[in-house]
Amino acid sequence: MGEEILRMEEIDKSFPGVHALDHVHFNLNRGEVHALMGENGAGKSTLMKVLTGIYKKDSGKIIYEGKEVEFHTTREAQDAGIVIVHQELNMVGDLTVAQNIFIGREFTNGIKIDDKKMIDESKKLFDRLHIEINPTEKMSSLTVGKQQMCEIAKAISHNCKVIIFDEPSAALTEKEIQDLFTIIRDLRAQNLGIIYISHRMDEIKVITDRVTVMRDGTYVGTLITKDSTKDDIVKMMVGRVIYEPPKEKSMVAPGAPVVLKVEHLNAGKMVKNVSFELHKGEILGFSGLMGAGRTETARAIFGADPKQSGDIYINGKKADIKTPEDAVRHGIGYLSEDRKRYGIVVQKSITENSTMACLEEYMNGIFINKGKEKKAAEKYIEELATKTPSADQLVVNLSGGNQQKVVIAKWLVKNCDILIFDEPTRGIDVGAKNEIYKLMNQLASQGKSIIMISSEMQEILRMSDRIVIMCEGQKTGEVKIEEATQELIMDKATRNIN
Amino acid sequence: MTKKKSALGVLSNQKYIVILVVIALYIFFFAASVDFRKYTTMVTLLDYSYYYVLMAIGVSFPLITGGVDLSIGTGMVCYALVGGYLVHNVGLPVWVGMIVAILFGCVIGLLNGVLVAIMNLPPFLATLCTCMITRGLGSLLSFKNAIPWPTAKQPGGWFHSIFKITMAGNTKIPIGFLWMILLVVIMAFVLKHTKFGRYTIAIGSNKEATLLSGINVKFYHIMAYVICGLFAGLAAIPYASAIPTIQPGTGAGMELDAIGGAIVGGVSATGGSGSIEGTFFGVYVICLLKVGLPFIGLQANWQQVITGLILIGAVMIDIVKKRRAVTAAA
Repeated sequence: MGEEILRMEEIDKSFPGVHALDHVHFNLNRGEVHALMGENGAGKSTLMKVLTGIYKKDSGKIIYEGKEVEFHTTREAQDAGIVIVHQELNMVGDLTVAQNIFIGREFTNGIKIDDKKMIDESKKLFDRLHIEINPTEKMSSLTVGKQQMCEIAKAISHNCKVIIFDEPSAALTEKEIQDLFTIIRDLRAQNLGIIYISHRMDEIKVITDRVTVMRDGTYVGTLITKDSTKDDIVKMMVGRVIYEPPKEKSMVAPGAPVVLKVEHLNAGKMVKNVSFELHKGEILGFSGLMGAGRTETARAIFGADPKQSGDIYINGKKADIKTPEDAVRHGIGYLSEDRKRYGIVVQKSITENSTMACLEEYMNGIFINKGKEKKAAEKYIEELATKTPSADQLVVNLSGGNQQKVVIAKWLVKNCDILIFDEPTRGIDVGAKNEIYKLMNQLASQGKSIIMISSEMQEILRMSDRIVIMCEGQKTGEVKIEEATQELIMDKATRNIN
Repeated sequence: MTKKKSALGVLSNQKYIVILVVIALYIFFFAASVDFRKYTTMVTLLDYSYYYVLMAIGVSFPLITGGVDLSIGTGMVCYALVGGYLVHNVGLPVWVGMIVAILFGCVIGLLNGVLVAIMNLPPFLATLCTCMITRGLGSLLSFKNAIPWPTAKQPGGWFHSIFKITMAGNTKIPIGFLWMILLVVIMAFVLKHTKFGRYTIAIGSNKEATLLSGINVKFYHIMAYVICGLFAGLAAIPYASAIPTIQPGTGAGMELDAIGGAIVGGVSATGGSGSIEGTFFGVYVICLLKVGLPFIGLQANWQQVITGLILIGAVMIDIVKKRRAVTAAA
């Protein structure tokens, strides 16, 4: 390990209502791979954005190569030698590999772009990384893994000294991850400083020299990887104070019938052989880190994405669900994590949104029965305590929590018995969160069955009767609420299947 | 794998398909109609094609950025009216009229570019508005007069010889075709080998990534529309040469033939790819249909039906190609 190249001291950053970074420390040496870990929302990305000039820090110091610096754009950071390889790749699919690597700083002969030189330079970069990619290939024809390697090549072409990998392995296959590690070790040998953001505990053990853990926007500590155990790291990640007591025991009546049974479900790359049961009146929590395949599982059950194999039984009968329409007919409602995109039509009224999924029940011949429609909407406004002056209010004018209630109303109007809540309280303030929780408990006690996908550990522990834990597309555990602890869940959520 | 891919590449490359279509159409009409074989028919066809070629070259740039320019048809007529008014009614030299037409085109192009790149209007809407504006402006600025540019025999008629030289014995040589080829070569170079061309493609393919690469996206996005306007202005000159009297209020619909030509020639309807050579041949598919179909007894309306069907085919190829690229990368 070489001398220090980067030190961040007392970095503080607030957004309206959120103290995103609270006097955070971080330092990096040359020739080191340094992991940055923490749960979703711990502040890792924010810290990196402050470093690379995307966000402006409120206070604190960044010392880079012995001098205090502040970058205002990613371009400035790049020019100084600090680059990020993003999780989402920023590539222009219709241009070639070489054209992408040198975009914005093309070599030219007069007004003519010197493609030949760009191709030669790209080859040199790939040689340095010991990878084989044809620089004249179109970017869109490469696999995600290869595209990422192009992004790395682009990074080192800036003559960089610090590379930040933001969850680089999320979209890669096992083989591609091994190739990536070879490259990272190479870069380390070339004395670069590498920051590696990842959730995957086993990768951290394999590739990194030190680990810095963050939690809720604060710095928790830094460990030497080879001297610490996985347990040490997990403890640092979850050791927060719990403000709300978790549910003590399951509220489901013993012997409650199974309403939904999923067997050996496979869909795409993110759902591998998932099986579970959902009982009547149960809230089944789905826990896991981002990209664990929970939303994909829900979408496959709901028929929104195609399944490769697997069976779904509803009330003991096999259900053939190919489209969301089939799912709704079987009484399944899905409340998307991205409300505005999939859940509601914001420029329409509460009434119109409420009856959208079952308009045929509100028709007189070919005309919509507005009176009947409004009555139904008003019934659920009252039942769910939606705060609105009237049922004619446009949904766009409601708060996040009340918008969520309109989505719930939509599925209740449809008389769905199985509700899938995907991140039900994302983007909703604390007070409204409690109302949504109350509502979910009320629905469960009325005999509705709920699958709740949540990335918030507190929410999972507070709401669930039983918890399914997923990691990398597979179910890695199932625990009763009576036995659940944060450590146990985090351990299963970071378990590497291989 | 690579072998299979390259064979598939040639077949799915619309540029080559469209050349075959042009040849096939020409042979078909040549075989089907005696009148079509006449030399004068070919001259008419070419006369008629120049302004479509120019409009289509221009509109290829907004199309490749993922946009469109609907103002080029009415725009071209507007520029020809204004230029013609200055020549015919005010008595200025023809070259002044030509330059005014071209500059006017650039100004409308700049307006389109600003509306799209700075004000973030959807290109369809922005240019629909300028389509209406140029249509009205053409009538207003020419005081609702139909405007003739000088005929070949009148003073100032020299500009006809840019496109066509009359030899002894009244044989006409369509040298305009050479100008078209020259412009195609230049603009193909611009698209393929200059920063402007490369960023035009990049904007159409992934605007966000282009922006994050530190490129002045707004500038290049505007430039795509300015180039389009420039070519609409240039198109006004062969239009004035081919059409004896320019009528105010016309021109709507011609942009669709130019856009259709570009798309038939392989410009992606969703942006990100295309070539000027392809556009050039695509326009000739449309012009051959327009000129050829009446020779085999089908009215011009059939040309529109058939062009529409061909366009569906062209867009389908584009969609299938994109889908294949997505599955290949996944």
